[in-house]
Amino acid sequence: MTHQPRPISETGIGASVRRTEDARFVRGKGRYTDDINLAGQTYVVFLRSPHAHATIKSIDLANARRAPGVVAIYTSVDLAKLGGLPCGWLITNRDGSPMREPKHPVLAEGKVRHVGDPVAAIIADTIAHARDAAELIDVDYDPLPAVMDMTSAAASGVALHEAAPDNTCYDWDIGDKAVVDAAFAKAAHLTTLKLSNNRLAPNAIEPRAAIGDYNSATGEHTLYTTSQNPHVIRLLMGAFVLQVPEHKIRVVAPDVGGGFGSKIYHYAEEALVTWAAAQLGRPVKWTSDRSEAFISDAQGRDHKTTVELALDKDGKFLGLRVETFANMGAYLSTFASVIPTYLHATLLAGQYTTPVIYCRIKAMFTSTVPVDAYRGAGRPEATYLLERVVDLAARETGRDPAALRRQNFIQPHQFPYQTPVALTYDTGNYQATMDAALAAADYVGFPARKAEAKTRGKLRGIGIAAYIEACGIAPSNIAGALGARAGLYEAATVRVNPTGSISVFTGSHSHGQGHETTFAQVVSEKLGVPFESVDIVHGDTARIPFGMGTYGSRSLAVGGSAIVKAIDKIVAKGKKIAAHMLEAAEADMVFEDGAFKVTGTDRQKTFGEVAFQAYVPHNFPLETLEPGLEENAFYDPKNFTFPAGTYVCEVEIDPDTGVVEIKAFNACDDFGNIINPMIVEGQVHGGLAQGIGQALLEHCIYDDNGQLVTGSYMDYAMPRASDLPSFAVSTTSTPCTHNPLGVKGCGEAGAIGSPPAVINAVVNALSDYGVSHIDMPATPQAIWRVIHSKA
Amino acid sequence: MPQVTLTVNEKPIAAEVEGRTLLVQLLRDTLGLTGTHVGCDTSQCGACTVHVNGRSVKSCCMLAVQAEGARVTTIEGVSDGQTLHPMQAAFRECHGLQCGFCTPGMIMSAIDMVKHHPDPDEQTVRKWLDGNLCRCTGYHNIVKAIRAGAAAMKAKTRENVA
Ligand code: FES
Ligand code: FES
Repeated sequence: MTHQPRPISETGIGASVRRTEDARFVRGKGRYTDDINLAGQTYVVFLRSPHAHATIKSIDLANARRAPGVVAIYTSVDLAKLGGLPCGWLITNRDGSPMREPKHPVLAEGKVRHVGDPVAAIIADTIAHARDAAELIDVDYDPLPAVMDMTSAAASGVALHEAAPDNTCYDWDIGDKAVVDAAFAKAAHLTTLKLSNNRLAPNAIEPRAAIGDYNSATGEHTLYTTSQNPHVIRLLMGAFVLQVPEHKIRVVAPDVGGGFGSKIYHYAEEALVTWAAAQLGRPVKWTSDRSEAFISDAQGRDHKTTVELALDKDGKFLGLRVETFANMGAYLSTFASVIPTYLHATLLAGQYTTPVIYCRIKAMFTSTVPVDAYRGAGRPEATYLLERVVDLAARETGRDPAALRRQNFIQPHQFPYQTPVALTYDTGNYQATMDAALAAADYVGFPARKAEAKTRGKLRGIGIAAYIEACGIAPSNIAGALGARAGLYEAATVRVNPTGSISVFTGSHSHGQGHETTFAQVVSEKLGVPFESVDIVHGDTARIPFGMGTYGSRSLAVGGSAIVKAIDKIVAKGKKIAAHMLEAAEADMVFEDGAFKVTGTDRQKTFGEVAFQAYVPHNFPLETLEPGLEENAFYDPKNFTFPAGTYVCEVEIDPDTGVVEIKAFNACDDFGNIINPMIVEGQVHGGLAQGIGQALLEHCIYDDNGQLVTGSYMDYAMPRASDLPSFAVSTTSTPCTHNPLGVKGCGEAGAIGSPPAVINAVVNALSDYGVSHIDMPATPQAIWRVIHSKA
Repeated sequence: MPQVTLTVNEKPIAAEVEGRTLLVQLLRDTLGLTGTHVGCDTSQCGACTVHVNGRSVKSCCMLAVQAEGARVTTIEGVSDGQTLHPMQAAFRECHGLQCGFCTPGMIMSAIDMVKHHPDPDEQTVRKWLDGNLCRCTGYHNIVKAIRAGAAAMKAKTRENVA
């Protein structure tokens, strides 16, 4: 590891501090949403559509209403005053018109548009009673043809939404097509590839859950929910769906059992329980089961792409052309629209100096569960198509895939680097991560290993992927100019308590990332206070001033920066107080090693003394010095951060069975500065597992009628321990140039870089069979078929 | 409604349950032992793993009435007061958890594994974990934790809980 020369202390920046939160988790003392039970609570079960597309002719509730324990049953007619679930990002079509945004009702209005679309909410005194009653509801559906293939959806003649007659949400592009076409006309070689990015189910092991509560005396609503961003839920639900002012809504996201994007969005169930609790004067609790999660949690990816790369005779990239269909599912989820556009097309330069790029995206509605961000969100799709086409180009032109990449890398002296697709990379060293990854993987020794595998009848392959991602979303001004309907800063409050302990209130949300540890390390180091005396508070709108939450690997780069900004204000205030205590000039005060000192003297006050004085201000000059030591900060990033790295995967395939075994996986990432290497490595491991899962195992498959065939853990292949290898991970560092910690974000990298590394390795292993591409997931069956069709 | 009597974490329990009540529901809803989690409905994820008469069992696929007379241990019952069970300590030490949701089931399963394989190698651990899903860690550190936990249990040569 070549990151910064630390650690300086056992608990400071750079130390692999063991996690604070684990003390409760390993004892089973976490407090997840479903662990919460409120007095007098009722339970809601949702009756969901069994059809992918149908008109609802009638709903007969009479029998269900008489069933034991039933408290209430609601359908869309009861929710007439509520708004639809909003979309947070407006995309503008190529012709300048806005994208189509059909209403996404809380409960289906007159029509169902995917299997799992909620039709009725049944509330009873027990879950069992609610389930029993749901079975007594008679819905008369008139089935309509499902729209399943996004590439032909526009011409299908079936409209899912009146507001989108050709099932098109938007038709958007970036880049100057004429200029790119001209570059292609001069190319010595053209590589073309058609590929699909398979649809995935995020599958956090904790299913979603929500509990609504209402205090009729104060008019306050409380929602406990499995969310990555409670303030965003409060805003979207309050302002758009329930039309309740924010100060009357409290949203609590306690311990959350993984998110990976799927818990960013505002979901119908959250609005329903919050609203129903107020109608009934009793708490309403909903807990998803896994089968329900498969048809109600937003899914990820699902692109179909044609990519073309133009090269000159020396292998230099001249231009890139991409045409992608992106599946939105049946409705627009909260951030669905931005994934294929500004989180995908803008990443198509990758690590390369490709001078001109054109990308067109057609976003389509289909009769499937909505699609939104899933770990990586757009960047895995971009990295996959790019690293696949580069690999294929190397093969077609007889070049070493590592050498071709190197030849086209942006060089260290070229930063800041303006890409042709809007982003400006601040810093990086792509040679360094590639060198480290190839050395760790013993790239030069591969031919010998391949030959040895052959003696055992195995096909050995090696694959490289060099990814870049844009994290720390995002400067609000840029996001706003591109259609974001929100700012993307983060907020923090640092409260120094009278006895010197510190409570930090952060708008970031931890659902596995370990913020209670990492953030405390930053505070401990910056203020020179013991790690143990810092408490990190998150996940409750009643305690935290504001927050945009955790996604896009933004917590440390944006949320951590907000904390640093608040700490700077604490130090400034502390200097004022210490100057007063020491009867010195404020300008002469310095803060170092946990004490406020008068420069050039041995006079000082410790941090604890200053904290205490702040709350016992017996002789403060109150006109110029306020009591208390607590500061708020909002940090809006100046740019994205750009983590990058090279992954090398080595596989062996058994030609008789098509089974792929990953023999080695080497990852080298540049995350800038690192606060807690242990946690960072863990994040990479988790991302790699999800990326390898995408490449080899996972796939949401719908049949032609829109039934999800892979709707449980029996059918959807989740990566298990025996499917995965141990990983070799390392880092290099070019610190981010524009945030105070020099950090970039590490949460998604593994899931972004690994799918093309795996598929490149699989295709490499199959090269003797003349295979140039295989779609994900490369299951044994798919590989066996390829081998036997070519043999 | 049927009555069921059993011991849970060494405490005698008598409870009225419905015939269809699952053991996990009895533990979570009736006894408030919310450390045992539910992650699926097809007995695939193992988040609900507890020990019944010393063996790891998925508490989502057992009726509460089937636990009549049994000794049940949950994640809340494995530590020795404030002192963590060596397997719990190893999970923390090796960063074998992130969101913590799969963790109780992983730890309960791992403790049982060590009874069968006191000194498990990597492949043994990975195979044993077939019934436990984790979406966060990629299993790398879970495998490391379980091997370290097994070694610590051996060093402690102490009777396993339950
Ligand atoms: S909840 Fe028991 S195996 Fe998933
Ligand atoms: S730690 Fe989150 S599922 Fe395992």
